[in-house]
Amino acid sequence: MTAAGRAHSAARETAARETDDGGQEPGAEEWGTNMLSVRYGAVLALDRVTLRAVPGEITAVVGGDGAGRTTLLRCVSGLVGASEGEIRTPGLRQIGYLQADTGMYPDLSVEENLAFRATAFGVEPAAAGQRVNDLLERTGLAAWRQRLVRQLSGGMRKKLGVIAVLLHHPKLLLFDEPTTGVDPVSRADLWWLIAHAAAEGAAIVMSTSYLDEAERATSVLVLDAGREVAAGTPDEIVAAVPGAICVLNARPRQDQQKMAWRRGRQWRLWCPDGNCPAADADTPAERGQAQARIQPDLQDAVTVAVLARELDTARDGQLSNATAKGGVR
Amino acid sequence: MNDMLAECTEVTRRFGQFTAVDRVSLRVARGEVVGLLGANGAGKTTLIRIMLGLLGVSSGEVRLFGAPPSRESRRHVGYLPQGLGLYGDLTVTENLAFARAAFGNQPWHADLGGLQEFAGEVVSRLPLGVQRRAAFAEALAHQPGLLFLDEPTSGVDPLARARLWETIQQATDGGAGALVTTHYMEEAEECDRLVVMANGRVTAEGTASQIVGDARVTVVQADSWAEAFGALEAAGIPVALVGRTLRVPETATAKVAPALGGVPARIFETRATLEERFFQLTRQGQERAAG
Repeated sequence: MTAAGRAHSAARETAARETDDGGQEPGAEEWGTNMLSVRYGAVLALDRVTLRAVPGEITAVVGGDGAGRTTLLRCVSGLVGASEGEIRTPGLRQIGYLQADTGMYPDLSVEENLAFRATAFGVEPAAAGQRVNDLLERTGLAAWRQRLVRQLSGGMRKKLGVIAVLLHHPKLLLFDEPTTGVDPVSRADLWWLIAHAAAEGAAIVMSTSYLDEAERATSVLVLDAGREVAAGTPDEIVAAVPGAICVLNARPRQDQQKMAWRRGRQWRLWCPDGNCPAADADTPAERGQAQARIQPDLQDAVTVAVLARELDTARDGQLSNATAKGGVR
Repeated sequence: MNDMLAECTEVTRRFGQFTAVDRVSLRVARGEVVGLLGANGAGKTTLIRIMLGLLGVSSGEVRLFGAPPSRESRRHVGYLPQGLGLYGDLTVTENLAFARAAFGNQPWHADLGGLQEFAGEVVSRLPLGVQRRAAFAEALAHQPGLLFLDEPTSGVDPLARARLWETIQQATDGGAGALVTTHYMEEAEECDRLVVMANGRVTAEGTASQIVGDARVTVVQADSWAEAFGALEAAGIPVALVGRTLRVPETATAKVAPALGGVPARIFETRATLEERFFQLTRQGQERAAG
């Protein structure tokens, strides 16, 4: 770590102690990135992204395809170097990284995969044994120990992958989409495993495209096209929505469409200046359309953050750029 | 005119000894979005295959547009599989042309809004988000009266999801009906009505709020959530972490307090979420099936 990096992380720790959010032991180390940028040729995959990973806490990295979630996790794992900015990690052997494809060997059994992983990380089989038994038992994998990994369902494979990266008790855990495509019963097991690791004191970063899942994390980082569009606890992100959001019962007018989106049978309209089209509208149709403002939830807040980013990009005169970006989602 | 686009009545499908779908009745009316929820193995995929006319029933009856599934009804059905169903080696334009030819002499309107610049690209080289929009355009281009969508917005951000759902809702505003299979609650909340399946059977039906009903969970707020988590785990009580609070979906509040031992905590009950209720229903279904 550079001197500047040390100074920065010392300042961060002091700040964390002073604000004392109750989740951090005094002096506990914090991992993550500071103003991290990554370029692949001409493409800016990550643009000044700051990620906090705190021991005993879960940070959810949220975004759609191409938002930069995987690149961010790969950087923190040490697989990709930074173009600019800073990465703080506890060192390669203290990191557990579960890639989206889990990295389990399909032609080895559950047991063989775990033994292989334990050996690779220098964990004594005897030491790993009881813990592995408990975790396999708790997540319904115990009966599958002798099965080949390619015979497992997607959910079982993900659970095995998580157990495998927990084996060497890493201080920092990186999970890339641990629950994507997994059914709710396996998802509950996966969440339990992740909470279990957090309870043991690991710092956890997990990526997801589902906000109901992000809502369960201690803090959330929302990425869109490589940039941070919102960060904080779910409550903080909701509280930070600029202006107001109101519900429309009818299709938004032409001039409202850029600021409106649909949820179920209703539309939501973002009013950046805080003035919702209210009962003083000109026509009966508009009066019928407008409803009182609502208290946004995390889904509204993230939608607004992405919308605001789109409008900013368009306003910067990069219209062609904005279309391309809108296209890759 | 019959407003019922799809109607399953007491449909059962067995594979040997195994009953994949067990006396399921389900309806999709004009203009309606029905969400079909279920864990893996609940029978959703089998039911969809039956409704598409790809699988026969062991007993019961299926009607699409008032008649048994047929080649004719298939022309008026739009299907978006989870894997999107595009040919990876063809361009977007070629995929659409292929689908158009398959559907024959029907009104055709492929909405390529925003996709024009990708139209000539080979699908497998496009980002997933673009592939998904191309698949939507293809599934809707023959203006189907009935849509079957399998986790249509998996893996996209909330704004992109809202825009894809706008496409679905526009079709249903125009009178189409949609059956959406999912196990994500954000998608479920977009639906007008939900049908929950577990182990081949329908275990609940109604709006999200009706399905949750008066189901409750126990909430534990401890100074140290990790300590409370450890204590409940040691007592064998399944528990979920949400932020810094714990939620216990399947254990009575009265049993939670003693299990905490001496860990100081505030314990109270609250209404279950749709996901928690869904989880309870699925567990009950599995226990019933296990005997």
